[in-house]
Amino acid sequence: MSELLKTDRLTRHFKIGNALSRRTLHAVDDVSFAVGEREIIALAGESGSGKSTIARLLARIYEPTAGTITFEGRDLRTMRGRKDKLKYSGQVPMVFQDPFASINPVFRVSHGILRGLKLHRPELTAKQRQEEAERTFEVVGLNPKMLERFPYELSGGQRQRVGFAQALAMRPKLILADEPVSMLDVSIRIGLLNLMAKLRDEQGVSILYITHDIASARYVADRLIVMYAGRIAETGPIEDVLTTPRHPYTQLLLSAVPDPRAPLTEVTDRGEPPRVVDPTPGCRFRWRCPLAIDRCHQVTPDPAELLPGHEVACHVAAAGADVKAFTFS
Amino acid sequence: MAAPVTAERPAARQLPGGHALRRIGKAIRSNRKATAGTVLLVLFTLISLFPGVIAHDDPVQDAYTPRLGFSTAHLLGTNSFGQDLWSQVVYGTRNVLEIAIVVGLLTTGIAVIIGVAAAYLGGVWDGVLSVFTDILLVIPLFPLLIVIAAYTNGANMFVLIAAITLTGWSYTARQLRSQALTLRSRDFLEAARVRGERRLYVILVEVIPTMTSLIVASFLTNALYAILFSSGLQFVGLGDPNTVSWGTTLYWAQNEAALQTGYPQWAIAPGLCIAAMGAAFALLNYAFDEIGNPALRPVRRPRRRRNA
Amino acid sequence: MPDPILEVENLSVDYLMDSGPVRAVDDVSFTLGGREFLAIVGESGCGKSTLLFAIAQLLAPPAEVAAGSVKFQGTNLVRLSDKDLSAVRWRDISVVMQSAMNALNPVKSIGAQFKDAMRAHGKYSGQEITDRSAEVLKMVGIDPVHLRSYPHQLSGGMRQRSMIAMAMLFTPDLIIMDEPTSALDVVAQRALMVQIKELQEQFGFAIIFVTHDMSLVSHFSDRLMVMYAGQTAEVGATRDIFDRPQHPYTKGLLEAFPSVRGPKTPLKGITGSPPDLAQLPPGCRFQPRCPVAFDECLTHQPELYPVNASLARCLRVRDRQADPDRMKDGVR
Repeated sequence: MSELLKTDRLTRHFKIGNALSRRTLHAVDDVSFAVGEREIIALAGESGSGKSTIARLLARIYEPTAGTITFEGRDLRTMRGRKDKLKYSGQVPMVFQDPFASINPVFRVSHGILRGLKLHRPELTAKQRQEEAERTFEVVGLNPKMLERFPYELSGGQRQRVGFAQALAMRPKLILADEPVSMLDVSIRIGLLNLMAKLRDEQGVSILYITHDIASARYVADRLIVMYAGRIAETGPIEDVLTTPRHPYTQLLLSAVPDPRAPLTEVTDRGEPPRVVDPTPGCRFRWRCPLAIDRCHQVTPDPAELLPGHEVACHVAAAGADVKAFTFS
Repeated sequence: MAAPVTAERPAARQLPGGHALRRIGKAIRSNRKATAGTVLLVLFTLISLFPGVIAHDDPVQDAYTPRLGFSTAHLLGTNSFGQDLWSQVVYGTRNVLEIAIVVGLLTTGIAVIIGVAAAYLGGVWDGVLSVFTDILLVIPLFPLLIVIAAYTNGANMFVLIAAITLTGWSYTARQLRSQALTLRSRDFLEAARVRGERRLYVILVEVIPTMTSLIVASFLTNALYAILFSSGLQFVGLGDPNTVSWGTTLYWAQNEAALQTGYPQWAIAPGLCIAAMGAAFALLNYAFDEIGNPALRPVRRPRRRRNA
Repeated sequence: MPDPILEVENLSVDYLMDSGPVRAVDDVSFTLGGREFLAIVGESGCGKSTLLFAIAQLLAPPAEVAAGSVKFQGTNLVRLSDKDLSAVRWRDISVVMQSAMNALNPVKSIGAQFKDAMRAHGKYSGQEITDRSAEVLKMVGIDPVHLRSYPHQLSGGMRQRSMIAMAMLFTPDLIIMDEPTSALDVVAQRALMVQIKELQEQFGFAIIFVTHDMSLVSHFSDRLMVMYAGQTAEVGATRDIFDRPQHPYTKGLLEAFPSVRGPKTPLKGITGSPPDLAQLPPGCRFQPRCPVAFDECLTHQPELYPVNASLARCLRVRDRQADPDRMKDGVR
């Protein structure tokens, strides 16, 4: 499978504090992954994991502090001119989290789609643009007549579909979906998740699905990247990672997910992910990890391929321990 | 982090298409303050456009016997120059309304450009524009106006408008800059940027239309202050004493000691008119606030049920 | 059951809109025992938050109680004056709100806010206040040194736990919680649920827990009430509801949760949206979205019919009780 987008040791730091005490927040550190064609990759993590920052790095809202992003073989840094940047933003659009804030309330919902078409497919006439807008609405499951409505007349689920329609209008290769269903009612989420799978299968679009909800990631994604405190903890085919998690954090996440069909697993950890400011070397999970050894406090682990396609950034796992047997459940 | 689930509102049964003008019309009719303000303003506009309909005499012609009292020929009597007071007041409407609207538009227009530009350009530009705005903000308005008007020796309407605009845009610019700054992080603006829109487009087409309620409110407030300041300047004698305006009428009333010599209507009539037009703009301002922000609407408090 | 601590009878809450009253909570009744954990579950617009506010007597205009009563330990709260209500508030009933960052005062330390709460409901010396504040913080697992901290200095989970501590200042008999975990990450959510359950077992208070996430409460609540469009759709023991859901809406909801374990099956969710409360369908409120609706559902509004130990508002349930083997439209 050819690689569509690839990141190599992607890093983003933010300067915080005032002039008297300048500190550096490490939002994303050394993140390397690839997205292929026709696949959905779930980027999962809790708050502070860096997942939203990665989305914004890929959307070019932020510039990387270090590392590279390559799209279709071309380094993003070589895309400097307006033409190149515009082309990229059409091929890698973003869908936002909040259905009530991500559409301009002043215009009809057709506005964003028509603007996107005008910018990215200037060869179309006005009539063709209208037809394209109607086609995208049909693909996402909305009645084309709703193009003339205002956002306040639509429900949250419908607005999120409009968000996907806006992305589709530009004939994207990869959609960056930043928590697209988190703010929707549970019964509505499935509809959107099914839509994402349909886009992958029928439209051939890849999706980077950013979420904190592992269950929905499992439902729709092919591969999973688990992030913790700005670094990748574990990555691999989703069924593999969820049935045989090798990183203690992945195991912790799995035990904490509420599942009415399974008996309650005991989770004694009550910690929360740290904000990583001026960190020292060592695994960032070490304070919460029941398996931490000396090496974990000294050397920051890099992802290592323990099984084909399945990488884990953990010294203990790399040494061959069966993580599941020792941890939280 | 688990995001809070926002209310899933079903598709609203609204006016088909929700056309802006229709909504404004409905909003005005349903809100008492808006209705009152609109009625007053429309009345004043009609008077200023067609003064001859209700005032039959030429306001400047001192053709009558001075110092007459109320009568059917002269509804408010005449002043000490023999001019019909009722005509003076009616014809004076145009001057005041013109100043109010022109100053309102100009100040708000300048404030929008400078305020929103400062918020979006950021960095050095924001610094420069903000310092400039702040200096003008801090200078006391009325003394500055007096200095300018005195320098130009009897300001005609043009100078009056220019002076009030120059000193008045800074407050609104500050407000608009603050609002534009909060809007900067709104998702739909980020969405526009990610879509590939140019910065200028984002400012003009995506940002400013969402600030309309603040811009309209600023226009109304600035118009109100223009009325008060221009009348104030004219009253103090810094306007052109020959223009027909409520402020100049007051000036002459003061000069000719109208209140002391038993002709209070000379001062009271224009004073009431100034208050009324000011009230019209103020009412509309309140009404727009309430229409834009339902939380401010007056609530009917139900009596506590005792028989549940 | 022994004397119930809370009896809600035929409670209805209206919102007085310009176009007329809209009923957000329609004829809801339930009882709550002394140590019971009741979860009220539903999606946006189902009325669960309004119901909660009505019970806590926190409704503000244009919302008002249109009918029914809320009897707490025998006294009807709806009829109480403000003065009598404030005697009950916080001492006997307290509330934990959805987002601690919104409910806590950002410019006051935690200790200062606890002090405010204690002073508002009784006369206490400074020492008593400090001692009790430290005690409740320890109960929720926070070091009392944080009495001096400001909300932004605490993590999300700690903030939420300090809200619970504040609710426990007077060890009330009933604590009402409105989605207290929705702003937290999954591990902190789990920790908080366990904490709440432990506190309940230790101090013996009743809990009403409102949430949109059914799976969250599946292992913690004793009883579960599912609300839809202002009405109770189904109510019963938690395990019964999960194992044998009776109402098509409950079944739809349960099927809308993808699971992390077990086989991966395609899910459908529930098509459509909840109805506009100002323009309700004439028959069953769920009928437009119901996969097993039949003719009578269009015209006849179902009551709550008993089935096993639960109640469900569905005509199929009514008919099944009458004639368990009869099939209708190929569906039982």
